[in-house]
Amino acid sequence: MPESIISIQDLNKYFYIPQEIHALKDIECEIAPGEVVVVIGPSGSGKSTFLRCLNRLEFATSGKVVVDGKEILGAGREINRIRAEVGMVFQQFNLFPHMTVLENLTMAQMTVRKRSRKEAREKGHALLKKVGIPTKHNSYPEHLSGGQQQRVAIARSLAMDPKVMLFDEPTSALDPEMIGEVLDVMKDLAKEGMTMVVVTHEMGFAREVADRVIFMDEGMILEEGTPEHFFKNPVHERTKAFLSQIL
Amino acid sequence: MSLCAGLDRPKSRKYNIFWKSVFVLVVLAVIIFVYLASKSVDYIWRWYRIPQYFFYEEQVDVRAEIQGEVVDIEKGEEETLIRIKGGDQSEEYSFPGENVLIYAGDFVYAGDILGKYKEWQAGILLQGLWLTLKVSIIGIVLGIVLGVLTGLARISENPALRWGAITYIEVIRGSPLLVQIFLWYFVAGTLINAFLAEFSLPRVPALWFGIIALAIFAGAYVAEIVRAGIQSIPRGQMEASRSLGLTYAQSMRKVILPQATKRILPPMAGQFISLIKDSSLLGVISIRELTKATREVVTSSLQPFELWIVCALLYLILTFTLSMFVQYLERRAV
Repeated sequence: MPESIISIQDLNKYFYIPQEIHALKDIECEIAPGEVVVVIGPSGSGKSTFLRCLNRLEFATSGKVVVDGKEILGAGREINRIRAEVGMVFQQFNLFPHMTVLENLTMAQMTVRKRSRKEAREKGHALLKKVGIPTKHNSYPEHLSGGQQQRVAIARSLAMDPKVMLFDEPTSALDPEMIGEVLDVMKDLAKEGMTMVVVTHEMGFAREVADRVIFMDEGMILEEGTPEHFFKNPVHERTKAFLSQIL
Repeated sequence: MSLCAGLDRPKSRKYNIFWKSVFVLVVLAVIIFVYLASKSVDYIWRWYRIPQYFFYEEQVDVRAEIQGEVVDIEKGEEETLIRIKGGDQSEEYSFPGENVLIYAGDFVYAGDILGKYKEWQAGILLQGLWLTLKVSIIGIVLGIVLGVLTGLARISENPALRWGAITYIEVIRGSPLLVQIFLWYFVAGTLINAFLAEFSLPRVPALWFGIIALAIFAGAYVAEIVRAGIQSIPRGQMEASRSLGLTYAQSMRKVILPQATKRILPPMAGQFISLIKDSSLLGVISIRELTKATREVVTSSLQPFELWIVCALLYLILTFTLSMFVQYLERRAV
């Protein structure tokens, strides 16, 4: 077992507004480099909160989150450097609407990675080609389809050369016929050996690509294992109930 | 342009023509009413007297500064040159035109008039307009800077900054501008100038206290506009930006503020139109901006109708230009 790239110990998260909710309960998890982890579970089970704790978009209430060898809950300004190593793809894409597609890809490279404009643009073009939209670099995000926007968002994260990619329901806001093109990009990424943590409802993707599936409910990790274990003979009652509902 | 034009049956051509004519007729009716009303009151309109308050020709006397003999007078095409030599001094005077009152060989004393010419001068209204423009532009620039900084402080996590911004905004918005102008000039101004005098530094003129009062007043409103603009940008934008590793300040500068600007512009234009109009209050601390200039001319000329109408039109030109300029910016911002 190689050294973990993400290590979570005893993670707890409370929300106090609008009322007190214990969103994550004593989460323990190790993610190895190159591993593809798919997190599934009913809505409100804490999957997204869990994912957002990994790059501190949510500040965990207690516990330890170690990313790439650095503890992030205690980190000060250093967090910005750690976040650059952790790409994140959102359900709502969150592209920057006032920038062209290429500017979306180059801005952070130049600001955070201090690359030259030329270098950043070359990288941007290469990534657009990789995600299959090489000709749209001068368009604004609003003129792209949902699937294209999400692929640009993936390219934007990849432009930072992250060590880990987090996906927060990347296909949930897409029309059905566009889901495939986004999943294809993600599959390619997995094949290249990228470490990925994916929150999704796409069971086909989980079955095909995941090294490990985590089932969460009510803020706890109820069951984890390989896709075969999961989809053939789940142990926990809640898991069985959940899978029977969506499969 | 209706917000949801598609929701109702499209309007017919007749409908448009009818209501456009209604508009024109109403405007005409108002104009005719004002015209008839002005005829019926006992008032003599003298519009021809107005231009002199914009430009007037001033008679300038050229006077000798030494005593001596006029050596020669050179009349050029546009300029006249007079040389005077007295004792071991010699002087040259040149002025436009040919209206010379002396001859070569004359002996002149200091203070004697050598010649006369006429010169165009900016009238009091034009000077007032210029001062209003200057006060407004400086006020707007300072107001924007102050407003953006306060708006950012208002949403900061730092309690000192946040409470400071709230206090500033509430105090300034909660008291009349006229009172603030008095406070700045008579209280703060007296204290500051007394303090400066201690160190034998020059006084700060009234104009600057007026500008500060306006800028600080506008800044409080701009701050709330900026805050609302920033908060109207979806949370995901900041999250996406921070997740790429940008700092809070970098995210503000590159992602949030450029997007907020477009939403901020329309209410901002309204605020600055207010500022231009509010500058008319500065007359109370003897800054001779457009309104005070008009009042002075009215007192001396007894032509209140024409002058106040002109004054209103001049303000309208300033505010309308600003409004057009902001609309242009709005279109350009993506």
